[in-house]
Amino acid sequence: MATRIGVVTFPGSLDDHDALRAIRVCGAEPVSLWHASDSLRGVDAVILPGGFSYGDYLRCGAISRFAPVMTEVIAEADRGMPVLGICNGFQILCEAHLLPGALIRNDVRTFVCKDQRLRVESTDTAWTGAFGLGDEITIVLKNGEGGYIADEPTLDRLEAEGQVVVRYLEGNPNGSRRDIAGVRNERGNVVGLMPHPEHNVDLLTGPSLDGRPFFTGVQSFLAARV
Amino acid sequence: MARVVVEVMPKPEILDPQGKAVTGALDRLGFDGISVRQGKRFELEVSGELSQDRLDAIHKAAETLLANTVIETFVVHVEEEFVADAAVGAVEEASA
Repeated sequence: MATRIGVVTFPGSLDDHDALRAIRVCGAEPVSLWHASDSLRGVDAVILPGGFSYGDYLRCGAISRFAPVMTEVIAEADRGMPVLGICNGFQILCEAHLLPGALIRNDVRTFVCKDQRLRVESTDTAWTGAFGLGDEITIVLKNGEGGYIADEPTLDRLEAEGQVVVRYLEGNPNGSRRDIAGVRNERGNVVGLMPHPEHNVDLLTGPSLDGRPFFTGVQSFLAARV
Repeated sequence: MARVVVEVMPKPEILDPQGKAVTGALDRLGFDGISVRQGKRFELEVSGELSQDRLDAIHKAAETLLANTVIETFVVHVEEEFVADAAVGAVEEASA
């Protein structure tokens, strides 16, 4: 039976359909989830997609974090369900305190949109097990508020515990501390990424297929757990 | 009825790109020697009497939603109180 992966649509979500498509292209069953519902429809994993939920009002992700569906996402994440936040989804996970730190406006003060080189630095997560440690990949990066920030003790702890999942290569695009492009929680089931793997699953629209292992990796992770 | 103001500022050690952009624009306009950090001001119209419980709840609201205490500090002021017998001008400062 195919793995069922849910994608939450918030008002202002942008990349929910690309995420649903990426899930399908990579062999799982995509399930649409709605921000105002408290049902996760029995999915095995959840993706919070990119976009500008609630217009980025107040702070990116600050209002979405209190959407009814998030109560369920937080409860299931605490029970070990794989949760991936991409861009705005990463911001929501930080606001929900499922991941440490926060994302602030890019230091370059402009929106950044590019094919970004990255290095995978943690494969011990629900989403990155299909990569090799140290793999260098290219994934679309597009954000205005992608500067990852946390206090120094938190950054030291993330490094020491191997919770930095991906790091920017060939220059820091947005002022993220220690070139951090993605982090995981201690358990490894919750991952936040600023780059967009859902845009790199088809050579028609991107320079690589490096996004695919995120979506296949979670299926292997779940299959191994059963 | 009372008006309570919550002011939110980026923590001093956090880069403030908006403030930097405003600082740069002021400098170009000839207003030199001015460095700006940009925050947010929330004006809360609070119905009923402004009891300590009510103020505590506002503090909690600021901490829960209005500010992200990972990157921001906040201050709660009672700006105007329209109840004759309640303390006027009480200020509660909080920095998380």
